[in-house]
Amino acid sequence: MATVTSKSAYDRLGGDGAPAYPDGTPMTLEDAPLVRGNLSFHDVTEMVAYHTEKKTPFGWYLAFGGALTLLGILGLSVAYLVWNGPGVWGLNNPVFWGWAIVNFVWWVGIGHAGTLISAVLFLFRQRWRTSINRAAEAMTLFAVACALLFPTFHIGRVWVVYYMLPLPNQMAMWPQFKSPLLWDVFAVSIYGTVSLLFWYVGLIPDLATIRDRAVRAGRMLRAKILGFFALGWTGSNRHWRHYERAYLILAGLATPLVLSVHSVVSFDFAVSLIPGWHTTIFPPYFVAGAIFSGFAMVQTLLLVARKVYHLENLITLDHIEKMNIIILVTGTVVGFAYITEFFIAWYSGVEYEQYAFANRAFGPYWWAYWIMMSCNLIFPQLFWKKSFRRTIWLSMAISITTNIGMWFERFVITVTSLHRDFLPSSWDYYSATVWDLGLYIGSFGLFFTLFLLFLRFVPMVAIAEVKGVMPQADPHFYHGHGDGHAMPHELAAYQHDANVQTAAPAASDTDHDGIPDDPDADDSNA
Amino acid sequence: MLSKIRQTVEDRGNQHVGLLAEFSDPGALVEAVEGLREKGYTRLDTFSPFPIHGMDRAMGLGVSKLGFMVFGGAVIGGLLGVFLQWWTSAGPQPNWWPTELNQFLGYPVNISNKPLFAWESSVPVIFELTILFSALTAVGGMLALNGLPRPYNPLFNSDRFGRATDDAFFVHVSSRDTAFDRATTAADLRGLGATGVEYVDHDGATLVGDDAEAGTAVSTRADAPVAPHHTTGDI
Repeated sequence: MATVTSKSAYDRLGGDGAPAYPDGTPMTLEDAPLVRGNLSFHDVTEMVAYHTEKKTPFGWYLAFGGALTLLGILGLSVAYLVWNGPGVWGLNNPVFWGWAIVNFVWWVGIGHAGTLISAVLFLFRQRWRTSINRAAEAMTLFAVACALLFPTFHIGRVWVVYYMLPLPNQMAMWPQFKSPLLWDVFAVSIYGTVSLLFWYVGLIPDLATIRDRAVRAGRMLRAKILGFFALGWTGSNRHWRHYERAYLILAGLATPLVLSVHSVVSFDFAVSLIPGWHTTIFPPYFVAGAIFSGFAMVQTLLLVARKVYHLENLITLDHIEKMNIIILVTGTVVGFAYITEFFIAWYSGVEYEQYAFANRAFGPYWWAYWIMMSCNLIFPQLFWKKSFRRTIWLSMAISITTNIGMWFERFVITVTSLHRDFLPSSWDYYSATVWDLGLYIGSFGLFFTLFLLFLRFVPMVAIAEVKGVMPQADPHFYHGHGDGHAMPHELAAYQHDANVQTAAPAASDTDHDGIPDDPDADDSNA
Repeated sequence: MLSKIRQTVEDRGNQHVGLLAEFSDPGALVEAVEGLREKGYTRLDTFSPFPIHGMDRAMGLGVSKLGFMVFGGAVIGGLLGVFLQWWTSAGPQPNWWPTELNQFLGYPVNISNKPLFAWESSVPVIFELTILFSALTAVGGMLALNGLPRPYNPLFNSDRFGRATDDAFFVHVSSRDTAFDRATTAADLRGLGATGVEYVDHDGATLVGDDAEAGTAVSTRADAPVAPHHTTGDI
């Protein structure tokens, strides 16, 4: 293994290129190495941990100042709202749910990608997740925090928000457990809690890494603070054994949880009797939309972060391409759901249902509908072309249009279904006020404040997990070690390379696997 | 009782007193563990920056029992979900239910003459609470089985050990192992390819054997300042 210094590892941005087989043909996405630039374990530690240890750069303060400004707008909007009541929003008689629920569903949807990447991709053994899961999980937590803002303040009298919890009280009054809104309280708050646990468990080994680095650098206060959160982790194999089991179980628990949360969110709509809401397609369609928007947000954040923090060798172009494939698939699923809804509305023969959908596409909110359609269904279709999937600016553009489209999807579902209900005499047009806008923009302030603090103080890539997927992490990688296991193809190729570099004699290929035999290796698998 | 607890705590505190040997890579680590087990050592542990595939088998460790604990947590969470919703809405009482307890039940609210308690509408909350309690048990159980949090560990006395969370691979043989002998165990470790062997106890870490005599520098990174750290506590 050629060793590279951390400096040259930063400089060589192999992750932006396309990997190739020795004969020059481009590698398939399955075969491409997950970590580029010929990094050693120490390089990975250095590349990630450095950003939590360095002097805070000016650019970070600049970004943080911007985020705090938006957070100030949030504070102002919340204060004005609490003082005056939700009447300051643009809500009117048929449209009792406006931007607040739109923003809630939008943020919760974004919050689905983190746990999806951590849990679902973990269960499917998608090892490329290791480079992006930490940041995606952090994004999940912060998005859920933003989401919880909206229902919390929409209840009007926020000082009695605890009525939503099953707490004994002097009125002997309990929550209404038959209401989907209460299911939401349980689903979203438990989702937030489990995501936090999952994130923290994943962090423990990395906190130990930066703790030990702080000790070496003689920064004892930092070492003590990190030591508190690292819980005395040593990397003992007896600990890894339980740790890995706990991680697997958490992944197994988080997978149905993440699917249930957005299903429950969709019940808020689907359990009611409003035309356009009362459909059984809602749970799967909402979950697909959540994955779609969540991946887009991960893409937006990581395209910037990998550039700013020089992580191109860890978050490679192959990772970007894989995420773009998921965006393409889920975007198409969502688009298919839009078309299915239209078909079912026509096929049902119910006049109200038919009107609700015709009104969506051609009524007063036609512009929202067509923004949604083009951003969610049409633009992601560009990703059928491989070179587009590997173009940074296009990935960035589509990740942003996706989140715009997904916001309009929730707007279309909420507002167009409500503003013209069964009685034409009660029809009205809804538009938001500046306080709706302030709360929405302010929620970005909360999100980016938390995300910038995360980038500054926490390893933004799961160091231990990335090391675990590097080829040299496998004991079979090393010369001469064989215990009868079949050797994975890519490992064999790596080892072959390493052996050639140490001047192996003329290779023979007795087992005809296309890989020359290793003259020193135990040949039990031949 | 108290002395027994003290004994357990002391045992746990002393489990990492012994010889700490560094190896060059995960492959060498697996081979070293296999070699040590052939020589009859049992109180072994390895330390690595990431979990090593096949190490559990090499160390003779079975599958973690955490799954059983989590199942218990799941059952408790699910039952709590049922009980919470039934109790707060004063659902129908089973035959065995003592009527004296009815005064503690929630207030029955009749909404559209729907049943006070129904399984169908209770599923989401039961499910979510099952997941919550399982996840809490998984994390709490993992920490309990690992004996974490554990702020003091004699291994922190070794300067080299800090790299176990970066890029170094260690084998530890506890001094409480019946086959443990400071000199022969150190020789065994070196025979298996250890690049440096240290004896670690509560007072500090000292090099053992050839390393100490020849004054060979163990593989600390040249660029890292070695700072005094981690007081040796009295346990």
